[in-house]
Amino acid sequence: MIELTDTNSSSIAAEFVRSRTRAGSPAMGMVMTLVIVAPEEDAAEAMAAAKRASREHPSRVLGVILGDARGAAQVNAQVGSGDGWGGETALIRLKGEVVKHAESVVLPLLLPDSPVAIWWPTSAPRDPAADPLGALAQRRITDSAAVPRGKSTAMLTQCETYAPGNTDLSWTRLTPWRALLAAALDQHPLKVTGAKVTAERISPSADLLAAWLCDRLKIEVTRGSSEGPGITEVTLDTKEGPIRIARADGRLATFTSPNRPDRPVALKRREVPALLAEELRRLDEDDVYAEVAQRLVKLRGSK
Amino acid sequence: MTNTNPLRDPQDRRLPRIAGPCGMVLFGVTGDLSRKKVMPAIYDLANRGLLPPGFSLVGFARRDWADQDFAQIVHDAVKEHARTPFREEVWNQLSEGFRFVSGDFDDDDAFDQLRRTVEELDQKRGTGGNMAFYLAIPPAFFGNVVGQLKEHGLADPGADQWRRVVVEKPFGHDLESARELNATLAGVFPSGSVFRIDHYLGKETVQNILAMRFANNMFEPIWNSNYVDHVQITMAEDIGIGGRAGYYDGIGAARDVIQNHLLQLMALVAMEEPIAFDAESLRLEKQKVLASAQLPARLDLTTARGQYVAGWAGGEKVGGFLEEEGIEKSSTTETFAAITVNVETRRWAGVPFYLRTGKRLGRRVTEVAVVFKRAPHLPFTQTATEDLTQNALVIRVQPDEGMTMRFGAKVPGTAMEIRDVNMDFAYGGSFTEASAEAYERLILDVLLGDPPLFPRHEEVELSWKILDPVIEHWSKKGKPDSYDSGTWGPESADKMLARDGRTWRRP
Repeated sequence: MIELTDTNSSSIAAEFVRSRTRAGSPAMGMVMTLVIVAPEEDAAEAMAAAKRASREHPSRVLGVILGDARGAAQVNAQVGSGDGWGGETALIRLKGEVVKHAESVVLPLLLPDSPVAIWWPTSAPRDPAADPLGALAQRRITDSAAVPRGKSTAMLTQCETYAPGNTDLSWTRLTPWRALLAAALDQHPLKVTGAKVTAERISPSADLLAAWLCDRLKIEVTRGSSEGPGITEVTLDTKEGPIRIARADGRLATFTSPNRPDRPVALKRREVPALLAEELRRLDEDDVYAEVAQRLVKLRGSK
Repeated sequence: MTNTNPLRDPQDRRLPRIAGPCGMVLFGVTGDLSRKKVMPAIYDLANRGLLPPGFSLVGFARRDWADQDFAQIVHDAVKEHARTPFREEVWNQLSEGFRFVSGDFDDDDAFDQLRRTVEELDQKRGTGGNMAFYLAIPPAFFGNVVGQLKEHGLADPGADQWRRVVVEKPFGHDLESARELNATLAGVFPSGSVFRIDHYLGKETVQNILAMRFANNMFEPIWNSNYVDHVQITMAEDIGIGGRAGYYDGIGAARDVIQNHLLQLMALVAMEEPIAFDAESLRLEKQKVLASAQLPARLDLTTARGQYVAGWAGGEKVGGFLEEEGIEKSSTTETFAAITVNVETRRWAGVPFYLRTGKRLGRRVTEVAVVFKRAPHLPFTQTATEDLTQNALVIRVQPDEGMTMRFGAKVPGTAMEIRDVNMDFAYGGSFTEASAEAYERLILDVLLGDPPLFPRHEEVELSWKILDPVIEHWSKKGKPDSYDSGTWGPESADKMLARDGRTWRRP
């Protein structure tokens, strides 16, 4: 890691080239730029998650820490490559007036022609697509379950301001659940008459799952509360009896279905790096999430 | 399925494919293949949540074991060889479905027991009557086993059920035996239910050949005899035959590797664009390439074979092939084989495909190198381009999967001096939990009934048709040439290319 104090974008870019040359391999194999916007206290953890995700998606990772916007503008950066990274990385600390113009720092550092993804590991702007940094990216990743306060409201806000390219890790967390539920209906092609999602009292993922089931199955989905962790049970009612997936410990679920023996199935809660890697696998619009977001807004509005 | 599942949406590409209710019967549980590849792959699939709830694994072998003993074998294999971290809860869930049936392949009682076990699993675990039979055993026993399966009603699925059989190479040792083998399997299982595993075809890089060729516009225009000079396909191993003497002696490098892996790679590189990326369309195109492949008239000038002798490989002193345990001193089995194949189509007329493979070569590498013709006119002086050879595009299959482009560039600081340089592309992903190992991909495809990546018997037979005359020619010629361990093969291989005015790449 090279420390650059009171610097600017072109110096950071020059340092990227120097560090590549120093590593003995001036070629670039990176496939995208990932911008991470985080407060100082969350930055280290977010960068560690990006490091693990970068093994699957070699990227230029730009960590942007927005400091106090008062006073004289200053840009400090730590630039590095190698050391377990699949690409290269810069942690950029902004303070003073430049905090309001962070996009001017990031824009010159985007890799030519390749896609840009942006990730807010904790608090995100109300409308990510309208955010100046968010506007640079075609994939905007938020995480409503990670905001410090008002997770459900945060989820609803993200759904309301949905724009093509937006996505939320609360949605990503659902993939194994949704896969299992879809597989259950592959095995039991029955009409579902009702459904219930039980989870921690506040769980953006559970809200999305209920909205997804409601949207796809055209039924009312009730929501139950439990101690968690996360989602603990999903039940689909059919005329032959319930299809139930129950997971009490966040690791192993029990799969119950009509006329079949109960079966255990691995359903482990995933860590952030795995979620991030899944998000970066597809960078086009997620149409299913778009519909679910719309449905969630409608459901909340009617209450 | 006529009912469409409301939870499935073609737009929803996040949802992984999970196999429907099913189980697998594994024959030959103590072999290397089972322990190093199949069992770990099954665990890795379970760990990634891609196996159906209730998936069951039945081991069949001539051992006096209980279910727990079998579970212990799988446990050790998984601990040692699995790619993903060991999780107790996944293991517990998986191991509940382990059963073991003890018996010989001609033991009727044992197969009755196997049928009862399969039926019990349907009842208790909900495998739904869907079973894959994985024959990780020598091909000599295939006939016995599939015959028994048929006789004991294990090969006949009920309505809405499937029974599939999975076999590994070698798919015979010549055209005739391949046909026999196929007849044996086809007598019991319809051809759509026979899955031949060529693990090379499960590799990301190999699938990437198709993406590279058919999703891009910049390669296709030069992908023909106007621009391509020749193609070299290499699969080199740095190890000797190890403990596989019993299998290897009499088989040799050509049958072991060229017949399946290299000719399949050649077919993927040379084929025309398939009309769709499905099993049938791919097979049609590959088959056309294999059917139009011809050997040159003079096999003595266009092939080479060798046997490694003692020497130093990678800093270690190693013995020669004839000194390996279990190999006759007079063995004429080749450990290095190189052949020339001409693909007689308009696209490839006059472009030889050189295929080579061997053991105890310089390093472990598999690659396809497409070597281009020299530029028709060079506006530089001859001295300026002395170091410039031919442009090449190299598809690195393993290790270090990726692509290399080789072209000329000006040497900095000189007036005008042009020399070859390499440009590399390596996609990350080989280290992540989500990117599957070839066996995982293929086993999942078997359970899903998704056949694009499996060679069909027509392809196997066409490959033997290409190779048989070479092997016959060699069998009349006595002993193979020798080459020092740790080198790139016998001198005759270099001479073979030199006759065409070419040289082998050092991969």
